[in-house]
Amino acid sequence: MASSFDISDLCSTKFADLIEEFKENPVGHHSPQLQRLLNVMRGAPMGKKHCLIVSESNKEWILAKTSGIPGEPVKPTNLRFQNLADAEWYVFRERWKHLTGEKLQK
Amino acid sequence: MFLESAGNTLPERSFRSKKYRWEDESLMKITAYANKMSAAPGETIDFMVNCENKSFDVEFVKLICGDLNPGGPGYKEKVVKSRTSGKYKGRQQKIHAGSYAKIDSSSHFNALRSFSAQVFIWPTTPEKGAQTILGNWSPKTNSGFNFGVAEKNQGVALEIGLSRKKVFKLQTKAPLLSNEWYFITVSYDSETQIASIRQEPLHSHTGTKDKANISRKVTGTVSLNTNDAPLTIGALYTSEDKNRLVCHRHFNGKIDSPAICHSPISPGQEEALKRLDSEQVKIESLIARWDFSNDIQGTTVTDRSANRLHGGVVNMPTRAMTGWNWTGDELNWKNAQDQYGAIHFHDDDVHDADWEVDFTLTIPKSFRSGLYAARLRCGSSLQEEDYVPFAVLPPRGRATAKICFLLPTASYMAYANEHMGTDVPVAQLLGGRLVEHERQDLYRNEHREYGASCYDHHSDGSGVAYSSRLRPILNMRPKYRSWLGGSGSSLWQFNADTHITNWLEAMNYDYDVITDEELHYEGLKSIEKYKVVLSSSHPEYHSKDMWDAMMAYQQKGGRLMYLGANGWYWRIAFHESEPGIIEVRRNEGGIRGWEPKTGEYYHAFTGEYGGLWRRNGRPPQKIVGTGFTAQGFDISSYYERKPDSHRKEVAWIMKGVGKTEKIGDFGLIGGGAAGLELDRVDVGLGTPPSTYLLASSVNHTDIYLVVNEEILINYPGLGGQENPLVRADMAFFPTQNNGGVFSTSSIAWAGSLSHNNYKNNVSRITKNVLDRFISNKKLLDDTF
Repeated sequence: MASSFDISDLCSTKFADLIEEFKENPVGHHSPQLQRLLNVMRGAPMGKKHCLIVSESNKEWILAKTSGIPGEPVKPTNLRFQNLADAEWYVFRERWKHLTGEKLQK
Repeated sequence: MFLESAGNTLPERSFRSKKYRWEDESLMKITAYANKMSAAPGETIDFMVNCENKSFDVEFVKLICGDLNPGGPGYKEKVVKSRTSGKYKGRQQKIHAGSYAKIDSSSHFNALRSFSAQVFIWPTTPEKGAQTILGNWSPKTNSGFNFGVAEKNQGVALEIGLSRKKVFKLQTKAPLLSNEWYFITVSYDSETQIASIRQEPLHSHTGTKDKANISRKVTGTVSLNTNDAPLTIGALYTSEDKNRLVCHRHFNGKIDSPAICHSPISPGQEEALKRLDSEQVKIESLIARWDFSNDIQGTTVTDRSANRLHGGVVNMPTRAMTGWNWTGDELNWKNAQDQYGAIHFHDDDVHDADWEVDFTLTIPKSFRSGLYAARLRCGSSLQEEDYVPFAVLPPRGRATAKICFLLPTASYMAYANEHMGTDVPVAQLLGGRLVEHERQDLYRNEHREYGASCYDHHSDGSGVAYSSRLRPILNMRPKYRSWLGGSGSSLWQFNADTHITNWLEAMNYDYDVITDEELHYEGLKSIEKYKVVLSSSHPEYHSKDMWDAMMAYQQKGGRLMYLGANGWYWRIAFHESEPGIIEVRRNEGGIRGWEPKTGEYYHAFTGEYGGLWRRNGRPPQKIVGTGFTAQGFDISSYYERKPDSHRKEVAWIMKGVGKTEKIGDFGLIGGGAAGLELDRVDVGLGTPPSTYLLASSVNHTDIYLVVNEEILINYPGLGGQENPLVRADMAFFPTQNNGGVFSTSSIAWAGSLSHNNYKNNVSRITKNVLDRFISNKKLLDDTF
């Protein structure tokens, strides 16, 4: 496992272990390196920030984005998830792409 | 309007068979609130409903478990019979948010020929658009005058009514700075037909161009007749809606010492009005000079002129605010009231939605004390359902059980309609996962007129210090998931607390329910008849009267089970004349969404110093043995037993629990019994020396961080994986007269009670303690 990373230096080959760690356990205990990356991802400003809308309680969630402007609607996408881990993994890949330009494999 | 009896309401089965999921055409078609959160048999509760459909059905339900998680005990409500149940006519009701002061129409300002006005202002959003400082204006005929912040922050604008609904407009065109004081005068002289504005900054910043003094002759026939419209300060009157004023152009910021005269006055007279008590000012043309430093605790605004044109505030703007002349030498408004003549108005203040009553429930004698709700449905979709929870109290003056569950309505009010999930980036950091939004979250995001919580900021960035229950509180609902509620069931506050009522029901305990308002207003009397008081999962907000009552209960031999964490944390004040509204000033330290400005640390409602109880000499450890130490909102953990738990005198607490057994390594709230917010024992902060430390939680994630009131010099390693302060301490201590306190010190505790059909060590410990507490046995066993 890489001991540290620079956000500008992110790439899937160098940090494959972090990606795998997240995929296996998106919520909960993480290595310090993964936690640092997640802090960057989850701490992003509210404009077009991914979130979820509860479609059916405990059964289905719709991927959505906040506007960053209080009072402006949260905009749903067409994507629905039947479990939260899948949603976390999808958003992780989107955020990875945003940070690195690199598309991660499903 | 009542349409039909309950016999014609939708059958439960047909409702459940419909698709029960989010659709995006409308977030909520029905919202409602009640005028009370509790009532005893024979007393009434009024319900006010906003419904987009033609009719809605009402049933009353006893709420047992509000958690929809299929991995839990299941959602449980029981329909209870009431003559009030049935079908009612739907109608839309609106909330008109935004605060202002209103002075009823008077012949003194109803038909002026000339006028002058002066005021100090501290605008907070001058760029927002037109904002009225003072309006003496008839919207019917566009007559009278008003002045305020101009569109596009073109300084101050004055509007004077002309004949044929035309309006004369004058603007200083000198943009105002936000958060700076200005002295503003406006006038019109019918003799010269000259209108003028003076905009005088009180700051001394160099390079700014925010000073102006302009005049212009008014062409056209001036019409200052206001047709008996009220005079408004902080907004402009436009119309009426069911006997409520509707205003627009709400001003954001402070207004101090507004005064009006029926002619222009000299600079010397202006100075006199500024600096002298108006009782002593002899200005013949003075109509009114409102002194906002009077009745800070109340809702009136006082006119110091001989005319006594007093008024009142609407939607509870924030008072006890530092004024234009605050020197900084005195921090307590009661000691320098003349420096606290400002009121901070907000365009999103809400006190009482003031909707018309749709139905009234007289609590039947058959309703046993407990947690109930009015269930409202105007169709079969998720968006067409709302609940209004309330507590049925025992008959007045009586206890009908040995156990009292204290519903933390003050804490529910503090969190009422919070917007953190949609507004602030830290939500995903705190939760360690994606934020989930329920339809209620999306609705109140788009309907800011429903008001905010004491965790939010007003639209101008200032903190929300007041919160009212006289509006729909959309996050205090059964079935509701909260982003703060950890992974799993994601339960927080009200809906998490239904796991306590569910456990009491499942274990066949009789219990009464009372709310924080009974504890506040009735004091010790409200709980002294009970053998045991059970707290909620998160009893965070307490008034001094509530704190005193609970301490007195303990000292008299009462027994308290504190089934949560972050309790007895913030000091609050209830308004002394207006029901249903609390105040929080988030002074000095603590986990808080905002902080008050220096000089604004004392509650307006009571004059008490606000902030943490810890900063008021009463850390939570003094009353429940443990106090707030860390928080995180991703996953929960478990406890390990401590040596004290094996001592013979308290061995009854852990009876049936193995010596090395993990306690609560399961649960619906974050997957464990120790989670979300955690409290710890600390003798230095007041934990009684007789306290037994029974167990401590371990192995929290690094999302959990030590609370900031513990940090003087900040240092690395504040997370759950490293810091020994990140733990929940389960504790017990005996009190005088054979009383005692048992504290779980974790918000997540309630979510573990039902695990494995209630056969688990969290349920067992809770039952061990409750059975002992309701017994007449002493709480420490003999050790010989």
